Amino acid sequence: MHRIAPALLALALLASACGGDSGTTLTVYSGRSEILVGPLFEQFTEETGIEVAVRYAGSTDLAATLREEGSNSPADVFFAQDPASLGAVAESGLFTELSSDLLGMVDPRFSDSEGRWVGTSGRARVVVYDSTLLSPADFPSSVIGFAEPEWAGRVAIAPTNGSFLAFVAAMVVIEGEDVTATWLEGMAANRPGRYEKNSPIVAAVNGGEIETGLVNHYYLLRLQAEEGRTAAANHFLGSGGPGSLVMPAGAGILATTDNTVEAELLIGFLLSIDAQEYFARETFEYPLASGVTPIAGLPPLESLESPIFDLSALATALDIATDLVAAAGLL
Amino acid sequence: MTLTPGGVPGTERRAPDLSRGVRIVLWLAAGIALAPVVIPFGFLVGRAVGGGSKAVNTIVSGRTVELIANTALLVVVVSMTAAAIGVGAAWLTERSDLPGRKWWRVVAVLPLVMPSYVIALTIISALGPRGLLSELFGFGFPTARGFVGAWWALTVATYPFVYLIVAAALRRIDPTIEEAARGLGLTPRRVFTRVVLPQLRQPIGAGVLLAALYTLSDFGAVSLVGFDSFTRVVYAQYAGRLDRTPAMVLAVMLVVLALGVLWSESRLRRGRAFMPKPSTRRTRLIPLSLLQKSGAAAALSFVGLAALGLPIGTLITWLVRKPFPNGMPWGSLAGSVSASVLAAILAVLLAIPTAVLVVRHRTKASVWVERTAYLTYSVPHITVGLAVVFLASRYLGPLYQSLWLLVAVYASIFFAQALGAVRSALAQVSPSLEEASRSLGRGPARTMISVTLPLMGRGIAAGGLLVFLTTMKELPVTLLARPIGFDTLAVDVWSAAGELLYSSAAVPALLLLAVSALPTYVLATRQR
Repeated sequence: MHRIAPALLALALLASACGGDSGTTLTVYSGRSEILVGPLFEQFTEETGIEVAVRYAGSTDLAATLREEGSNSPADVFFAQDPASLGAVAESGLFTELSSDLLGMVDPRFSDSEGRWVGTSGRARVVVYDSTLLSPADFPSSVIGFAEPEWAGRVAIAPTNGSFLAFVAAMVVIEGEDVTATWLEGMAANRPGRYEKNSPIVAAVNGGEIETGLVNHYYLLRLQAEEGRTAAANHFLGSGGPGSLVMPAGAGILATTDNTVEAELLIGFLLSIDAQEYFARETFEYPLASGVTPIAGLPPLESLESPIFDLSALATALDIATDLVAAAGLL
Repeated sequence: MTLTPGGVPGTERRAPDLSRGVRIVLWLAAGIALAPVVIPFGFLVGRAVGGGSKAVNTIVSGRTVELIANTALLVVVVSMTAAAIGVGAAWLTERSDLPGRKWWRVVAVLPLVMPSYVIALTIISALGPRGLLSELFGFGFPTARGFVGAWWALTVATYPFVYLIVAAALRRIDPTIEEAARGLGLTPRRVFTRVVLPQLRQPIGAGVLLAALYTLSDFGAVSLVGFDSFTRVVYAQYAGRLDRTPAMVLAVMLVVLALGVLWSESRLRRGRAFMPKPSTRRTRLIPLSLLQKSGAAAALSFVGLAALGLPIGTLITWLVRKPFPNGMPWGSLAGSVSASVLAAILAVLLAIPTAVLVVRHRTKASVWVERTAYLTYSVPHITVGLAVVFLASRYLGPLYQSLWLLVAVYASIFFAQALGAVRSALAQVSPSLEEASRSLGRGPARTMISVTLPLMGRGIAAGGLLVFLTTMKELPVTLLARPIGFDTLAVDVWSAAGELLYSSAAVPALLLLAVSALPTYVLATRQR
């Protein structure tokens, strides 16, 4: 019998590790990475005593997971990197409507028109490039130009990443399905560098692994905060096309939650001065609420020529976009 | 690691009939062991078939053809390279008088410790225009992303299988035939091609099958180097598409491909089951010329550098440059070890009754239990993860995203390892001992505990250790089915590599190697 003793011990240890819960635990599905937003959740727990269990994964991945789980989802809050995956969850009827107090804190063009999710911070699409090899004059005026053969092997993308897919969905809305399909085929023919997400693209450009990448603006600023001067630089495309989008990250509350009050507290916290300051000073995004201003050196939000359209149109476009990306062989 | 059951003849006769109650318990154990994989697969196939036109579109798209071609190319090239290295190293260490053979044996076996994704991570960070090697030598090395990286990483991960099986066979082959051939004037090379190689056909086949299945199933290495084989694309479509149907359809196709490899191997093997008689005589070693010795030593050193030197050197360099950037990953270490220990215990506990069923009550149904266990083991694990998540997210309520489910799935996919070890231990226990115990008045359960189990100790320990080791390295199922906040060393390596944070990957990778190194070596050389 002595062989079984260690097994019993392990089980006992495990049981004690699992037990002992007190108070509410909010379950958050976060499409934003732990490095970026982990400290915010810790601060929320410190301030409110509400524990937060976070599942970190891609925004699109989590949106698909929420749709699979349906009413069985353990999630209370979905915090996503992009409006398209939020829209997809909203369109599937999985979000509950947010209170007007929360919605009122943010410019309506950065939230769902039906109030099912709210934008928490803004981010601009940019071209990150190796400034030892290229200068802004080398770039096409629109992101469409990166599908030309001259860019073969020189551009990095993150084809499974929520921000990239939301950008493709926006292209479907703005330019139409055919233009988007052609663009993706051109990109695929160019054999782009494919990465898991934005941050490795910026690291790869900075490390000389590849010349340019299509990413969100703030990853480079994070790298610069850590390393000082970098070889990589940001270029904001100015044509008002899908390459110059400003898209919000945002959050919504799942209709299946039993913890509505705590969930609203969390979203309220994300819009509070503290959290908005965090987005501005620590992750270098555009704050969207509580009168917080972006960090110096970023072009003002109003100066970016983001195309204007209803973000909820992205929800249905995302299904098309992910199919197009797959059909082009980029996944 | 044998894929086909084969026991000691004469011991497989039926034991005294067991009561119905005991039989039900035995069957229940077998069922519990297999259910966590088999049932989800049923649902996976159902979902894929239910996908209708979308499923058909996925199957007939040009992308599918490309994936099959990519995967087949990788499987063939890796298996061939692994066979060449494995057979070459086995012959050199078992038949030639190459100095330092003991040391070369370690070099040939030790890469078993290296998970494929760790090898891949180190070669992509060491090579490339601004990699460590370029820094060291002052000129730009080509990148190892894509096919070359996958080929390299998977060859390193698989040639030890071929080596172990072929070296064991070489030790068994009667050397008198070789000596006679040599006496008749054949050169050593012709002795090898005309006498030794034909006798090795079956062990080489077994080794190549293992290498091929491993390559087909591997997820970590192909994903990190960005080579579009089936497993990588299944995951990319899972993560990057809102609709999960295409990923499931691709997963089912991948399973069919794996079953195809298994089936064609079993067809090929039929009709030439020539097993050389075991020999206890020591063979005379074949003297190599100085030139041959230096050539062989250079070739083996190159393999050793590619398989061990570069990966471990790279990890240590990252560690030294930025030691512990995220502190010591205690949580992940605890996660890896506790889940692996639990999986090993569960697998062994279920393997013991199942082995009784398979060895002592051999029926058509119990043969199928055993076969199913081996199939579950051989199927690419990314597909298991997908199937389990699909089923659990919809129908399993509180079990979804629980550690219990994860451990049950681990135990189920690696069940064949435990069953293989436990069953051969049981097959070596003579039923007459049990009969004696029964005739002295002990019931079947007490006989099992006081007579049979103690005799099976080593086999049970080996089975448990094998499950522990493979669970430690497991990546795709862990990624897909782990509970919230549950991290393992494998997941840490994967996440850090995905962010290109190589120094953050070094600590968990080295820990993984450290925990696995000694047990792997003990297991791999145990038959010696």
